[in-house]
Amino acid sequence: MNAEPRILRTQAEETLALEFAAARTQLPGSPAIAAARENAFAAFQKQGLPHRRTEAWRYTDLRALLRTVPPLAIGPTAEASVLADPLPGLDRARLVVVDGSFRPELSDLAGIDGVTIRPLVDLLQEGDARIGLQVASLNDAMVSLNSALMLGGVAIEVPAGVRIERAIEIAHVTTSAVASHVRNLVTVGDDASVRILETHVGPAGSAYQANIVTEATAGHRAKVVWAKLQSEGDASVHLGTLAVTIGTETAFDHLTLMIGAAISRSQTFVTYSGENARAGLFGATMLRGKQHADIALSVDHAVPNGASRELFKAVMDGRSEGVFQGRIIVRPDAQKTDGRMMTQGLLLSEDASFFVKPELEIFADDVQCAHGATSGEIDEDILFYLLSRGLPRAEAETLLVTAFLAEAIEGLGDEAIGEAFEQISRKWLAARGQEAA
Amino acid sequence: MLEIKNLHASIDGKEILRGVDLVVPTGEVHAIMGPNGSGKSTLSYVLSGRDGYDVTEGEILFDGKDIVEMPAEERASAGVFLAFQYPLEIPGVATMTFLKAAMNAQRKARGEAELTTPDFMRRVKTAAEKLNVTQEMLRRPLNVGFSGGEKKRNEILQMALLEPKLAILDETDSGLDIDALRVVSEGVNALRDPGRSMLVITHYQRLLDHIVPDKVHVMSAGRIVRTGGPELALELEAKGYADYAGEAA
Repeated sequence: MNAEPRILRTQAEETLALEFAAARTQLPGSPAIAAARENAFAAFQKQGLPHRRTEAWRYTDLRALLRTVPPLAIGPTAEASVLADPLPGLDRARLVVVDGSFRPELSDLAGIDGVTIRPLVDLLQEGDARIGLQVASLNDAMVSLNSALMLGGVAIEVPAGVRIERAIEIAHVTTSAVASHVRNLVTVGDDASVRILETHVGPAGSAYQANIVTEATAGHRAKVVWAKLQSEGDASVHLGTLAVTIGTETAFDHLTLMIGAAISRSQTFVTYSGENARAGLFGATMLRGKQHADIALSVDHAVPNGASRELFKAVMDGRSEGVFQGRIIVRPDAQKTDGRMMTQGLLLSEDASFFVKPELEIFADDVQCAHGATSGEIDEDILFYLLSRGLPRAEAETLLVTAFLAEAIEGLGDEAIGEAFEQISRKWLAARGQEAA
Repeated sequence: MLEIKNLHASIDGKEILRGVDLVVPTGEVHAIMGPNGSGKSTLSYVLSGRDGYDVTEGEILFDGKDIVEMPAEERASAGVFLAFQYPLEIPGVATMTFLKAAMNAQRKARGEAELTTPDFMRRVKTAAEKLNVTQEMLRRPLNVGFSGGEKKRNEILQMALLEPKLAILDETDSGLDIDALRVVSEGVNALRDPGRSMLVITHYQRLLDHIVPDKVHVMSAGRIVRTGGPELALELEAKGYADYAGEAA
């Protein structure tokens, strides 16, 4: 038997089917978007929630993990409460998205003249053809679900030649136990330069689910720095996807910091459409308790002379689980590709686990590709060296973990953002040290 | 200062120290020599409180207080310093950050105020100049890419800054050429002080030409088997450890 009919739906899948049936006529969008929603939901239903035998989701079995789904967030909520600033002291413009809807009145658009900001809902109504383009070939059930239920988000357009110094944050805020499906669209023109921040926060103890899909394109000779901070509430589920295509001679540097949520998955898909482009992809994950965080990466070298660097670090305490899946694809034409991927896990507890799956799919013959993965505990010899100099154990471990993560955080090459993110890691470590004391 | 009585210690059930008796009075420099495998390095680790060693019998009295149960970091703050035979490389931790963290951790543990940055910088600069430790070395991650000589100079720099009461130098001469040996020895000699004791562990006599000890002890098979003056080192250099090999089973 080579087909596996799926007749039984899980309770969560049943709920989603009922919700889509009820919401389909109310969801925003042109007739073309409405048709796309139907197709997307059919695609989701065909696959169902990802499970252990879904290769790309192997270590994050949503069929088992998502027993139930909270009610769908429909339209802007009345409550306009915004949680504490996740990056205090970091100067940036803020585009605030609450429970799936863009809230201009909560946003700060100063210092980004020349950039066009629009609510995604407007583009949905117009049936903007860019929506869905970057994710069309992903064949990912949770992205399909987002395409079916997407509500709002923001569209950022940086026109050709515009160089913006001030970072632009898309601040995703969830206020209660709802399921939100956010879609963002970021278009960076030729020779343009921009720094994007993506933050995700929500209340502690709330079992909300956030599914955020961001589609982006960076034109030729563009320069993009993109940093994502996932510091969701501790009982939440975070599913984040970024699909980006980069043009000729473009530099794209991306950092993901994963610290929050009970269950999280952050997917980044990078496709090279022009030669001599360079992508740097970095990640720092900090987990404790029973947290589960999965970083999935796909770098598609579709054209020659592309370079990519990936460095992902994960620190796991308690009974937490870290996952890294990294795929580098080198298409037949993509000669002279230079790809290097490194993943390192640091286990702070005997009960923590780290799953790593590097994949290289190389179809060209003149390429340089390498990957490496390590997983281990804090080196006892090094720890003793620090203790013998009088550093208390917690402080010594903090110093070593900070150094471990710093390499990935500094990889982004943006001092201000790097410093703000390192503060978050220091805070996490300080809290850990206090527990130990 | 240091009084070791009938010290027995084992690792993974294997007894390495089998009854060490040793007294190092305040202000004196004592050398411990002995063949490989005699327990010299183990003694240095047990004195500085490394995990993994079981002290099964005996006492280590430091300033009259038994420190056997004291964790490594508390011994350090109390004034015990170990200069490592192989100083460790710590990528991502700048040497200056490390020095400041260590000095302030010890001050904090002793109830003293943390150093101000200018005070800290001044102390490091003064000590570094004496040991030919360059500003460039201080900016690098701790010991990363340092030559053998640079690592040992960095150890002595830490000793100078931490001002221990008892310094244990484990094979400080290993991996050093003659010039580096002289710089390191001068650094150590500059730290000789009536209030500071030193225990110099070495396989070879040549280090003791530079750091002249008050007493020399010979260790074999986990015990101190002979004690004498500096001339004992010369005798060992001439005759080797053959006389003691029988005990180092």
